[in-house]
This record gives sequence, C-alpha cells and structure tokens, in this order.
Amino acid sequence: MLKKHPLITFIIFGFILFLISNRLDELIVYHGATVGIYVIAIASLILLTGYSGQVSLGHGALLAIGGYAAVLARIHYNAPVWLTFVVAVLATAVGGALLGMAAARLSGPYLAGTTLALAIGLPSIANQFSVFGGEQGLSFDIGFPPASLGEDFTQYKWYFWISWSAALIAMYWLRYVLHSRYGRSWRAVRSNDVAAELAGIHVGRNKVLAFTISAGLAGLAGALLGMTISLVSPGVFPLLLSFSLATGAVLAGVTTLGGVMIGAVILVAIPEIALAIANRYGGSETIITNLPGLLVSGLLILTVLLVPNGPVEQMHARRAKHAKSGKASHSPVELTVRVGSKTWSTKK
Amino acid sequence: MSQFLDMFLIGISAASIYSLMAISMVLVWRSTRVVNFAQAGMALLSAYIGYELVSRTGNFWIALPLAMILGAAFSAFIEFFLMRTLLKNSSQGPIAAIAPIIATLGLLGVIHAVLGFIWGHGDVQLEAPLSKVGYTVGDTTLFIAPMGLFVIGFVIALLFVVTILFQKTNIGLALRASAYAPEIAQLSGVRVSGIRTLGWAIAGAAGAAAGILQTVNGTGAINPDSLEFSLLLVFGFIAAVIGGLESLPGAVLGALILGLVLAFVQIYISGTLVFIVAFLLLLALLILRPQGFLGSKVGRRA
Amino acid sequence: MLRINGLTVSHGAIRALDSVSFSVEQGGLTAVIGSNGAGKTTLMRTLSGLKSADSGSATWNDHNLLHGKPEHHVRQGISHVSEGKSVIPQLTVEENLDLGALWRRNPSEAKASKAEVFELFPRLEERRAQQADTLSGGERQMLAISRAYMARPQLLLLDEPSLGLAPLVIEQIFQSIRHIVDSMGVTVVLVEQNAMGALKIADFGVVLNLGKIAVSGAASDLIADPAVRTAYLGF
Ligand SMILES: Nc1ncnc2c1ncn2[C@@H]1O[C@H](COP(=O)(O)OP(=O)(O)O)[C@@H](O)[C@H]1O
Ligand SMILES: [Mg+2]
Repeated sequence: MLKKHPLITFIIFGFILFLISNRLDELIVYHGATVGIYVIAIASLILLTGYSGQVSLGHGALLAIGGYAAVLARIHYNAPVWLTFVVAVLATAVGGALLGMAAARLSGPYLAGTTLALAIGLPSIANQFSVFGGEQGLSFDIGFPPASLGEDFTQYKWYFWISWSAALIAMYWLRYVLHSRYGRSWRAVRSNDVAAELAGIHVGRNKVLAFTISAGLAGLAGALLGMTISLVSPGVFPLLLSFSLATGAVLAGVTTLGGVMIGAVILVAIPEIALAIANRYGGSETIITNLPGLLVSGLLILTVLLVPNGPVEQMHARRAKHAKSGKASHSPVELTVRVGSKTWSTKK
Repeated sequence: MSQFLDMFLIGISAASIYSLMAISMVLVWRSTRVVNFAQAGMALLSAYIGYELVSRTGNFWIALPLAMILGAAFSAFIEFFLMRTLLKNSSQGPIAAIAPIIATLGLLGVIHAVLGFIWGHGDVQLEAPLSKVGYTVGDTTLFIAPMGLFVIGFVIALLFVVTILFQKTNIGLALRASAYAPEIAQLSGVRVSGIRTLGWAIAGAAGAAAGILQTVNGTGAINPDSLEFSLLLVFGFIAAVIGGLESLPGAVLGALILGLVLAFVQIYISGTLVFIVAFLLLLALLILRPQGFLGSKVGRRA
Repeated sequence: MLRINGLTVSHGAIRALDSVSFSVEQGGLTAVIGSNGAGKTTLMRTLSGLKSADSGSATWNDHNLLHGKPEHHVRQGISHVSEGKSVIPQLTVEENLDLGALWRRNPSEAKASKAEVFELFPRLEERRAQQADTLSGGERQMLAISRAYMARPQLLLLDEPSLGLAPLVIEQIFQSIRHIVDSMGVTVVLVEQNAMGALKIADFGVVLNLGKIAVSGAASDLIADPAVRTAYLGF
C-alpha cells in the first residue's frame, strides 16, 4: 500500500489519526502532538546522519533557531500562524546552509564537536540579546482554534492537528526527496564519497543540500515545539533535547525512516515513565528531575552498544539471515538500506 | 598598560586549564580515534570527587592528586568496558563512524544525571586552598593571585611530566607508536589494547586536574548543570582542533591562542561575545585550515 | 619448523587462501611468489596473527600461529614486516628500532641487536636521529627489516620488501636478507612479486596462484622448470 500509493496511504493515515484524536483524553492528545513534532525532528536527524553520513550532536540548536524565528515573526510582524512556520523553516534552512558549508568540509568528530558547541553556546547567545527575551524567553501564542471547528474543539486538539499535518506533509515530502536523484546521490556519498565523486556526484554540494533540508525540518519542529509549550526560551531547547533527538534517531535506526515513530513515541514516553517511577517512590523531586536524563542517555548508550543500527534494522537483518541460513558463517556483513520500494545493498 | 597585563594574565591562566582539557581530548583521540565529548562530564565528576575528598581529608593538596588518580581509573574503566565493546559491536554499517561519538554523548548525559542524583542541582562549594586576592604592585592590584599562579605553575609542571613521559620513556614510545600506527606497534610486540587504556587513563588524570583547577580558580561553586563546564568542553575541543587534534604541543599552543584571544575579547570588547568569538574562530579555522596550525597532512576532511 | 596445513582464509566472501599446505625447514630462505592478488599478503597476515583463518593449521615449532594476537607471536620469535614501508614516519630511526625491542626485558640484549643492525645497515646509524619520513624508500625498507630484527626473531616474515624500489637497491636489500639467514640463523619467508630475484636468493620456492599452491620445491629446480618459467617467471 505504502509502496504503491504513498499519497493515499499518508492521507488515510492522517484521517485515522484525526478521527482518533476526537476520542482521546486531552493529555494524550497533547502528547500525541509532541510525538508528531519529534517525528519531524528525528526524521531531520536521520536524513542528515543516515542518508548523508554527517552527524549532528546539537540538533536542538537548529530547533531553537526555528522556534525563535517563528516567535519573532509572530511578535514583531504579527504573522499568521502558518506563515510563522514557513519563516521558521526558511530561517533555519539558511542557517543550516551556512553551517552545512562548513560541515561539508568536515568529517565525523569535527562536525560533531562543532554542532555540539553550537548547542551548548546558543542559550548563552539568546541570553545576551534583548530581542530574544533572555532567560524568560518569548511567549508564543498562536491564538484559539478557528471557530468553524466547533465549540468543543480544544486547544490541545488544535496543536495536535497542526503538528500532525506538518509531520505528514514533511514525511511525505521527505519520502519524495529521498526517492529523487538527490536521495540516491546522498546514499552514494554516504557509502563511499570517493566513488561517488568519481561517478560525477558533487559531494560537497550534496552534503550542503542535505544539511539545508535537515535544518529546515528541524526549524519546523522547533517552531511547533514552541507552539505546544506556548513559549520560546533557552530552557525549551536544553542540551538534553539534543541528546534526546540523538537517542530517538539511534532508536529509530539511522539508516531508515521506517522507525521514526518508534523513536518519537519513546522520547515522549520517557518523562512519563520517569514520573510514574518517581511517584512510586513517593514523588521524589530528585528522581523526577534526573531520571529522564538518565533514561535518555542510558538508552542511547545501550542502543549503540547492543543494536547499533537500530532495532528495526536489526530485525530486518535477522530475518534476512534466517532466510538464507546455511550459508557460510564467513559471508560478508551486508548492509541494506530500504526506502519504500527500493533497496540498496553493499552485497555484491 | 595594566589592562594589557591583565589581559595577558587572564589569557594565560584560562589557557592553562584549556590546555589540560585539550590534552585529554587529544590523548583519547590518538589512542582510540574517538573525540570524548564526555570529557566535560568526567571533569565535573572529578570536581565533585575533589569536593568530597577535601571535605573528608580537609586537605586540598592530598585531594588533588587523589582525584587525579580516581579520574584516571574512571577513564580507564570507560575505555575498558564501554569503548572496547562498542568498537567490537558496531564496526559495521553506517553507524560505525558515528557510534563512538554518540556513545560519548550518551555518557555525558548519564554522568550529568548521576551527578544530579547524588549531589542535587544546587551548588556545592570547593574552597580554594590559596588566596585569590590579586598581588599588588605599587598601587595597582594585578589580576593574578597566589591561586592563579599555582594553577599556571601546576599545569606547566604537569606538561613537563607528560612531555618527559612521552618523549623519554619506553611507555611513551609505545603510546606514540600505538597512536601513529597501531598495526606496526602490534607487530613490534606492543600490547596495543593495554596502551589504549593507558592513554585514556592519562587523559582522565589531566581532565580531573582541569575540573578541579577550573573550580578553585573560579567561584568554587560546582553544579551539575554548570555552563562553565560545558564551555570548558567547547574551549578544550577548539584548542585541540587548533593544534590539529593529533599533537600534544599543538593542543597547548591552541589553548594559548584561544585563551589570549578570548581574554582580549573579554577585556577590550565585551564579555558577552566570548562564546560567539570562540565559535566563529572554530568555524573559520575548520574552513580555512582544515589540518590545524600544527596538524599533519592527514587532515580532518571527510 | 614452520608447518602450514590446509590453511583457508577469506576476506568476507572472497576466499584468499584455499587449503594451502607447505612447510619450511629451520634456517632456510623460502620465497613465496605469485602475481598480484594471489594471496601472499593474506598468508603473511594470517601467520603473524593480524588476520584470522577459517580452517587449517599453522605452527612454528610447537607454537600455534592461528591463536593469539600479533604481539603474542612476536614474543615467541615470529616477526612480520608488513607490505609497504613498515616504519612509523613520525618517529626517528632510532625510535623505530627501539620500538622493535620494547618488549624485551633485557636492555643489554636489545643494545646488542641494535649494534648488529647498524653493522648490517651502516646507513641507519648515520641517520639514527632523523625522522623516518626523511628516509629514502630503500632506507625505509632497511629500517622496517631492522625493526623486525630488533625483536630477535627465529622466523622472519617479509612481505614484498622490493616494492617500489630501484633494481640496484633491491639487489642490496636481497643481499642483506640472505645475510640475515646465513650468518644470523634466522628462518625467512620472503613474499615477492619479483619472482626471479626472490628465487635466485632463496633455498626453496612456493608458487601461489589464486589462493592455491601451484608448485613448490627447491628454488633452483623452480627456476630450471620450463613450465614454471613460462607461467610464473615470464620468459
Ligand atoms: N582487506 C581485504 N578485504 C577484502 N578483500 C581483500 C582484502 N585484502 C585482500 N583481499 C583480496 O584477497 C585476495 C588476495 O589478496 P592479497 O593477499 O593481498 O594478495 P597479494 O598480496 O598476493 O597481492 C585478493 O583477491 C584481494 O582482492
Ligand atoms: Mg600483497
């Protein structure tokens, strides 16, 4: 279904989601909205890491750029809500393109360090310029849902609709991009950039483009995040957010977009789980503040240690292994990337 | 003139701490080809350990070397149990290049959370063992105080010891050979995996010293959410990158350059621009001189 | 005595060595020749513990070569000079030499080995304080062999020491190798693409072809054999 009629699948999926949202508890709808946002943010990171082979440890900083761009457009130009998101995407994409130009020349640890530095330093930048509202930040008010949606259409449901519309559009578009010429050249660059260069692919330009698109998506997620919290401040984009996104991406499996939902749901669930655990132990303040970070980071390490290519890819790999068991145990480790109907493999 | 002298002194004492941080990142990079982003967390942990040791023994001069030994042990432990497993398990697939990087990020997060569990999110205070009142010359008070002077002197002494260790001893030869050409070192009979652990241990000791000295030379307050320590990571990384990430003298030179530039910005322009300038310096350096000032031909280009 | 029996080694799906068997008597020079991709380097790397084998056995006297890390084998008297200039360019000539004897407990023995090396290659003594990347190709190869010799090996595995060197230099290196065998009592296995040159100084020859042994025997017999000449020596 997804392979043959992606558009119809996406529309049906969205429709079901919106139907469900009418039946659910307010809090769950709110968490649902956050899941949608994480889907975008994790997809953005996977696009960068899994598909173009670049790594960002400070993706939270890009979300912050989007959040601030959106809120500034809203406050200073009274932009309509949809436009604030467009502004967020564009502003972050421009920032991403600039960063991408530096990044395209860098390999792993340098890029990782640079992005991490950005995520560490960005809050201090926000604190120093009064336009950004300092520590308190700026409040992001998108107003009430349109009256035409009915009396009992709640604010949270409105957030949910907006986030998921954005997520579905973004994912559909991303799927389209990855099937295009660009998507194929990214994969080529990732698996072997020398060979890709020889095959006539402009490696640098491709990396910058991947970084730009990834940043644009991150900016969208940042604006949406600001919307659901009604606030854009340094505290909305802490270092832990960058860690969480890395965890989400690794859990989803950096080689495939198929797992983004898993990553997103786990990220939303973690604070809830932490809260539940804390409540069992008498609502300890220490547990509530520290457990989410411990779970996120611990999960990150465990995933990289135990299922480095993500649980989804691991399952695929195991199934593939079963399918042709009996082959020599010294057969090469094969790497297969699936996107929709296409499969890329290093298998000779 | 005194302003210029202050700038110089601020720069040098900041640089001495950055250089310890940079050295520990370089050592880890050379032994396992991993940039250890958990280094700031490990330094922070050491600051807490230092605080505990001082409050138990009541003596900073015992606590400092003890904390360095514990830092070394912790770092070796991480290499032995985490990094070895990691390099074995995730040597395949697209994750291979980034798994170690991501793991150190996870480690940073775990350390932060654990620090929060143990010591809470309020400040604890590690008192400076020496006066922090600046020396006076005539009627001007200089920026430098006995504490600061000790920090600079101690770091210079450590650098001296490290240099002797690396250049003049058999262990140092094994450390260098394993860093430059692990396979040839192995074929020469060097137990490379043990040497890697040793590299991490020395890095841990240097990082622990950085954490404690940073604290006592600053406000003395330690906090798991400390921005100061996160910035220490960034500045240590930048200093290491200036030096080309491979070279120990390069890391020290990088720290000196960075320390002086940032002190200049702080005194003559504005303290609020320090991070931005450091970040732009990093970007400019990476774009214009991808192999670092002292880096070898084997660049950092993808 | 080096005994190799049914040795099979793969790189992923590529089988580089297929059931290779031969043995080498103590004290001789054995040349392993074969064209590019024949599996010569794979053989060397397997014997020194850098590469693991699929099946078969390889022993040096009572020592199992297929078990344990390279650093372990070095201590048992097996040294390997890997393909390419197996020196560390960032270290000085003397440091490269010292590296080879680092594991030896007795510093005076290491000193004696260094003196022997300097006698064999006086050029290295002149350049002892120089960084290895300032050496010429031939000098680097001398240094690589010397570094391995510093471990006082019983069995020395040399992988294409002639690679990229001028004929005159190759001649000199080959003579030194012969000298190491004759007057220092080291057993040498010499891998070469330069088949004729290697067989001329060797006592025994093994011809590898696509991972299998094609012919083996006394080096002089191989040179004399018309079939070997046309197929592997190219004249
Ligand atoms: N690291 C490797 N990965 C995959 N295949 C390899 C590797 N090393 C060697 N091979 C393959 O194994 C075969 C033997 O190579 P090698 O032992 O290097 O031959 P030689 O040294 O005789 O030229 C060749 O087909 C080569 O392509
Ligand atoms: Mg070869």
